[in-house]
Amino acid sequence: MSELIKFENTTFAYPESSENLAQLVFENLNLEIEEGSFVAVLGHNGSGKSTLAKHMNSVLLPSGGKVWIAGYDSLNEADIINIRRNVGMVFQNPDNQIVSNVVEEDVAFAPENLGIPPAEIRQRVDEALKLVGMYDYRDHAPHLLSGGQKQRIAIAGVIAMRPRCIVLDEPTAMLDPKGRKDVIETISRLNRESGITVVLITHHMSEAARADRLIVMSDGKIIADDVPQNVFCDVKLLNSAGLTVPDTTALLYELNELGADLPLKAVSVSECAEVLYDYITKGN
Amino acid sequence: MLKDITLGQYFPGKTFIHRLDPRTKLIITVLYIVTLFTAHWLVSYALVLAFLLMCLRVAKIPLVTIGKSLKPLVIIIILTAVLNMFYTPGEELVSFWRITITKEGVFNAVKMVLRITMLITGTFMLTYTTSPIMLTDGLEMLLNPLKKIKVPVHELAMMMSIALRFIPTLIEETDKIISAQKARGADFESGNIMQRAKALIPILVPLFISSFRRADELAVAMECRCYHGGEGRTRMRILKFSANDWIALGIGVALLVTVIVLKVFGL
Repeated sequence: MSELIKFENTTFAYPESSENLAQLVFENLNLEIEEGSFVAVLGHNGSGKSTLAKHMNSVLLPSGGKVWIAGYDSLNEADIINIRRNVGMVFQNPDNQIVSNVVEEDVAFAPENLGIPPAEIRQRVDEALKLVGMYDYRDHAPHLLSGGQKQRIAIAGVIAMRPRCIVLDEPTAMLDPKGRKDVIETISRLNRESGITVVLITHHMSEAARADRLIVMSDGKIIADDVPQNVFCDVKLLNSAGLTVPDTTALLYELNELGADLPLKAVSVSECAEVLYDYITKGN
Repeated sequence: MLKDITLGQYFPGKTFIHRLDPRTKLIITVLYIVTLFTAHWLVSYALVLAFLLMCLRVAKIPLVTIGKSLKPLVIIIILTAVLNMFYTPGEELVSFWRITITKEGVFNAVKMVLRITMLITGTFMLTYTTSPIMLTDGLEMLLNPLKKIKVPVHELAMMMSIALRFIPTLIEETDKIISAQKARGADFESGNIMQRAKALIPILVPLFISSFRRADELAVAMECRCYHGGEGRTRMRILKFSANDWIALGIGVALLVTVIVLKVFGL
């Protein structure tokens, strides 16, 4: 697999302003994101994960080093449209990214900007709405929909550009559990079935567990980068980054502390139950 | 309480008028306003009123709705009537103390009341039967020639549609802020006008701050979706003139011509 996004010794600092001193977010960061992968980036507030995400489609530009996106240099302003049509971005608050007061008009916004012929826009809009499961709501006014539905509209609005990658910056932070589940299901389906690369910024362990690669950030540094099961095993590291492990792993970890010898890799509830069942039956 | 705002309300429907091209409806509205101001007296007014009632009938807009929309404007209508009644010189009708009501005054008052109510009802018809998106689309296309003299037509249309999009969001937000401030003991219901106006500050300040934040986030989100102004932009929905549009325009022009002819004859 080839890399779609590549950070090369990237440094970023928020410039000095009248109120704040210059603030270094990360320094000499190296990271590659492969085409077709589902990457979750985990970190507590202020770990630099959002800043990292904003570098992935030229919302923020590196102050040192380079970021290559789909082969384009993010510092080259002439390529900005090419970068953004390849890497779409979904933000935290769905209300602040919906432009139009009809669902399908909003989804059409990005293709309209790209100057695509009307018949093809129609086709892309229908396709995108079906992919996120919101086709039946195409005539609705967005403000009457639930948070999860609005967020799926926002995702559809990005997919309509037919990007190779979607970066989601804490897309579920403002949603209820049902909306959160719907959004995460939609994202993983898009990754599995349509082969779209997904970068999910989150602070929910359960969401991160669904990715096939998990990056943990703390104070602007990547402190772990592996498949989620392996990362979750390192309970001490996660705790030091101000993160809590999933309940399942926490339970197994605590039992191990008490002298049991359980594999921490059982992240899902069913895996964990199985491990415990085996342990108890064998113990007897 | 804020949910009752009917400004620019749209009633979805599939009638002849609903299906007209927004440009047709905009042009007819302008023609209608010109006609109304050309209308001289009785016969002309009756004709325009008949046209308006016909439109209401075709668009299936109940008169009750019109009545509701006119309610907040009653004061302005009454004020206009009263001022016209007392301040028009002419043949004396009634006179007491220092006030005189003239025959011309009464005529003018009736005329003005008719004119204002018909003007408002007519323009409301436009927003009742056209969705805001269609309206801004139509407006943008009609004003397109002005781009040649560097009028930012696309930007204006975009601003208008975003403003319309955020009206419900901001109303919801205002309601939330009001509740939050009430929960902190803010009092919006008692005191004189000055005190009540002052009580609005704790609502307006957070509302403004959050609006600026929203605007900022929206701008970034729009840029992320490749927005770069009107240049090279296409539209999903293309507006097309149909036979019905030409018929409707024909009726609009005929009305104006008739009223002009009637004016010549002083009717």
